[in-house]
Amino acid sequence: MDFINHQLFIKDINVHIDPILPKKTAIITHGHADHARFGHDHVIATRQTIDIMKIRYGDKCAKKFTPLRYGQKYSIKNYDFTLYPAGHILGSAQVLIEKNNHRLVITGDYKVGKDETCKNFKLVKCDTLITEATFGLPIFQHPDPKDEIQKLIRSVKINKNNCHIVGAYALGKAQRVMNLLRKQKYNETIYIHGSLEKLCQYYSKEKINIGKFEKVSSKDKNFYEGKIIIAPPSALKDRWSRRFPNPIICMASGWMTVKQRAKQQGIELPLVISDHSDWNELLDTIKKSKAKNILITHGQEDALVYYCKKQNLVSKPLSIQGRSDEEIE
Amino acid sequence: MKKFSSLLHNLILTPSRNTKIKLLQDYFNKLDINRAYALAILSDQLSFQFIKASKLRELVYNQVDQHLFDYSYDYVGDLAETISLIWPTKKEGKSQNLSTLIENIKKIKKSEINTEFSKILSELSNNERWTLIKICTGGLRIGVSERLVKTALADLYNKSVNEIEEIWHGLEFPYENLFQWLKNETSKPKIDFKKLFHPMMLANPIDEEKDFKRLDANEFQAEYKWDGIRVQLMVSSKSVSLYSRTGDNISSAFPEIIEATKGDAVIDGELLVGRNFKPSGFNDLQQRLNRKKASKDLQNKFPVFIRAYDILFYKGKDLRKFSLLERRKYLEKFQKENKSNQIDLSSIINFSTWKELTKYKNNFHDDLNEGVMIKLKNSEYLPGRKKGYWYKWKKNPKLVDAILMYAQRGHGKRSSYYSDFTFGVWKESELVPIGKAYSGYTDKELLVLDKFIRNNTINKFGPVREVKKEIILEVAFDDVFPSTRHKSGVAMRFPRIHRIRWDKPVNEVLTISEFKKEFKLS
Repeated sequence: MDFINHQLFIKDINVHIDPILPKKTAIITHGHADHARFGHDHVIATRQTIDIMKIRYGDKCAKKFTPLRYGQKYSIKNYDFTLYPAGHILGSAQVLIEKNNHRLVITGDYKVGKDETCKNFKLVKCDTLITEATFGLPIFQHPDPKDEIQKLIRSVKINKNNCHIVGAYALGKAQRVMNLLRKQKYNETIYIHGSLEKLCQYYSKEKINIGKFEKVSSKDKNFYEGKIIIAPPSALKDRWSRRFPNPIICMASGWMTVKQRAKQQGIELPLVISDHSDWNELLDTIKKSKAKNILITHGQEDALVYYCKKQNLVSKPLSIQGRSDEEIE
Repeated sequence: MKKFSSLLHNLILTPSRNTKIKLLQDYFNKLDINRAYALAILSDQLSFQFIKASKLRELVYNQVDQHLFDYSYDYVGDLAETISLIWPTKKEGKSQNLSTLIENIKKIKKSEINTEFSKILSELSNNERWTLIKICTGGLRIGVSERLVKTALADLYNKSVNEIEEIWHGLEFPYENLFQWLKNETSKPKIDFKKLFHPMMLANPIDEEKDFKRLDANEFQAEYKWDGIRVQLMVSSKSVSLYSRTGDNISSAFPEIIEATKGDAVIDGELLVGRNFKPSGFNDLQQRLNRKKASKDLQNKFPVFIRAYDILFYKGKDLRKFSLLERRKYLEKFQKENKSNQIDLSSIINFSTWKELTKYKNNFHDDLNEGVMIKLKNSEYLPGRKKGYWYKWKKNPKLVDAILMYAQRGHGKRSSYYSDFTFGVWKESELVPIGKAYSGYTDKELLVLDKFIRNNTINKFGPVREVKKEIILEVAFDDVFPSTRHKSGVAMRFPRIHRIRWDKPVNEVLTISEFKKEFKLS
């Protein structure tokens, strides 16, 4: 396993996984900005991740793109790379690296639970597992997203004179919230912040059911009474949100588990909907992967490292620079 | 319980005062059996003897790994919330009434608390568990004051909130007489005001720039502000009792006062430690606080007295609508009639301009008073912190520059931010911590410090982060005492972050011996 360093760099063949700075060859697990960056020479990723990068950064955000299907093997010298579904967002992938019979999996961001907006997580057995730990504390036990979305639907029914602004990351979470609403028979048009438009169009094109949506425009103020509006979290505090009638501020995020966090951010209706694994799912994945060597990246790694050591697994935190320990996508 | 816990959940997340009032009214309007319990909880009048924070920790350690709990608690920053989230939910039991649940808990025997209370926690949902733990530990901190609850009730039943306020301390659980009167079923509850703790009149800090310009010095009188604890002394021929500012009966901790006091009055004053009415500082007073009883030895070592500054009742007469000047005459009369070695009067400072008062605030009595109180001469005795009547004007704080050494995440509304700071001064080539502060900074400064700490951690000790020694904090504090408990040998009183000194290099910070010298500790 010493072929890869703590920056997820394989020196031998000059390949990086999710590098922050422009590199020669970059394998990208998914399209979120803390993983997919502009300016690499060669990007290897799923077709959807490449599409998303092009939507966000332009067609020339890398010199060369190599799309891989899930399960398709790609070799560089004596290293074999295979991407597997991570269940995080559309196009998200885990990376299996095989070298001399050693199997190493980098999960990237992942969730085990069901999600209609992307291919569901596939467990890959391995010797070394590099797992994320965004919600690596036992307090994080995500509820059924169906119940959470029902809270929103109920609030919309009760508060007819208010509009509901739901904070959700522009890529992935926004579309998941829309899809969950549709599955619970919410058939009204969903209004979206302008920054979500291209990505929502892309999800629709990829045949993900997010239903009818429309960009928010400068309509009569009262038009938005009783409507659901989805916006990136940054817009909630912005002047942008003040144009709406009696808004109830909602947020769809795993962080909403903690009331104090919701309160700090001025969220009135927290919706615990996460695209990351919760504590039990992290433990379960570690166990089922059969890996003996566990490395833990961005998140609450302390508790998970402690847990793994108690299970007699070799474990240490892997601090990747440029990733803050909280509030990542 | 489901309804009450979702009420609390909604209250904590609603920023709007009007929405909070509406939520409270919706709840009180509908429920009959539970409303008394709800009112007791919301006004912090319900507590369980056996279930304190330490007991809850013990219980949760039986359920989950201690380290995993500690990591989680450090992250969440709120005990009730951490326990409610981490506690393994068995099968959710049948939802119980708030009243039934509380009565059941009250019936638990001390010896069975571990099993019985744990069982109850296991059968609740997350949110109910959070609510129950909040109820048990008291002090909900959900952004709802007692006053707001009274306002909601008053508005709901078309009464004035002051009417409720007046009788409040004479009411008892289950508040039958209150609810009946609110619904116009009976007349207003009759309360024996003499036997009642009366909410105290509190002062606002003075705004030197604004207030002195608009206030007329001639309409005010001043007294020294003493650094003790505020008390209310209730004296009658039958009994004497002493209450703290929050209305707790603290008589048994100060028997010498109870024994020595005679007369018939309700007195407002400051409890201080000292001989011959000479206060000896808060550090000495602390030896007498938070004790249920005081031994003779302790009474001799740290004798207490009351410095009286107001009177609310005199021989059954309610003086609260009288002016301060008139009340003072009654206070002097009481003092003359009931000479005591345990009570003296707060002296009045004569001044004619605000400028003249400044010198009293800063110099007089050296370190023993902490500033002056400024009181409107014709003010009634009004409960609470009303604007325009009483002001406090504190001495300028002492200041020292110290180096940020360690940081820890805060609690409550500052949880997740690194907001508790330990700072130190030099001892030869090393730093020695002299204090810890978690207030005083602006929101902006907090963000800067939080970011610095996350990016400059050189060591982690559990939840504590050691940081690069680069940031100088100007720390304000009220006083500093010698201490044997701290490595530095000093203990600060009320240290807070005054500002960040970006301009100063770390090598210009004082050494511990220079620090002690400057503040006369050696």
